[in-house]
Amino acid sequence: MADPMRIRAQLAGDKATVRVLVGHEMETGQRKDSAGKIIPAWFIQEVTASHNGKAVLTAQWGPAVSKNPFMQFIVKGAKAGDKIGVSWKDNKGDTRSDEAVVA
Amino acid sequence: MNLPYPLRYPLRYLLALAVITASSAVYAQPKSAADGINEYRNMLADGNPAELFEAKGEDLWKQKRGTKATTLEKCDLGKGPGVVKGAFVELPRYFSDTQKVQDLESRLLTCMESLQGIAAAETIKTLFGRGEQKNMEALVAWISAESKGMRFALPQAHAEEKKMLELGKRAFFYRAGAYDFSCASCHGEGGKRIRLQDLPNLTENPGDGVGFAAWPAYRVSSGELWSMQRRLNDCFRQQRFPYPGYASDVTVALGVYMGVNAKGAQSIAPSLKR
Repeated sequence: MADPMRIRAQLAGDKATVRVLVGHEMETGQRKDSAGKIIPAWFIQEVTASHNGKAVLTAQWGPAVSKNPFMQFIVKGAKAGDKIGVSWKDNKGDTRSDEAVVA
Repeated sequence: MNLPYPLRYPLRYLLALAVITASSAVYAQPKSAADGINEYRNMLADGNPAELFEAKGEDLWKQKRGTKATTLEKCDLGKGPGVVKGAFVELPRYFSDTQKVQDLESRLLTCMESLQGIAAAETIKTLFGRGEQKNMEALVAWISAESKGMRFALPQAHAEEKKMLELGKRAFFYRAGAYDFSCASCHGEGGKRIRLQDLPNLTENPGDGVGFAAWPAYRVSSGELWSMQRRLNDCFRQQRFPYPGYASDVTVALGVYMGVNAKGAQSIAPSLKR
């Protein structure tokens, strides 16, 4: 099971700024270990964000995204107490979903 | 009326002059490399991945582990068993049970061995970023974060603590190795740098969140969380010294020296580094 994400959703007017910190190795598949063997690629491919269950963002990520990536986006029409969900799926098929409440 | 240009449009002339003065002021003080790095740090500070380590560390603290299957919640970091808040800014300090001055990591080794049955000698032998050392990173991230914003106040009442301060001072100025380096070669005066990194003067108080008050830190370039021990280990490497033993006396003594010098400085650990 992957490590949890840190999600913060801060309301300003009718817009919520969502900040997501994802814990992931994001191996490119280009690097070699100390024995000279290629470290297999392992990175997040799909990211989706939802607002009260309705998808508001989908993204396709690749090996160019950094280790432990940080993502920020704005959700229009959000209210305090709304639920913001973020989930990802990596190339090994591992997934993780976390939720935060707009404050 | 046929007045010369400045008199006919005095306001416009003044404004143009002001613009010229302002832009020449900008040229007079170009943005330094340090400003650029600070700007970059501020941009990243919002999503410091050290938070991921903090969350893991908090779990580890409360998790039953080791051969004795116990948590670390009874661990005494200097402010009584289980007290974490404020402990970091008073370390290294003297512990009467081990009769030694210990920094955060050597203290954690003691706690893990006595409470959980995780052999300290094994952890010491483990490379940084592997196995139990990985857990150590998370623990120091969380414990230091619990004292974020507090000011360093290392105790210096015990004779052993004073002895370690003196030892740390001597180690700091001790010149050796292929380059005839000492810690003071780089950290003995202000305004020095390695490539673009400004180096703090550690013989005095470098200020809030600088030097000793900035570690442990997440290093963006390697995606790792570096504890004070790892920071010191790399300083030894850069001086072409033999590697110091993990949590050895010399590393603790250097911690005491830097910590006492940083008295009153605000801790921003775990911070974010290039």
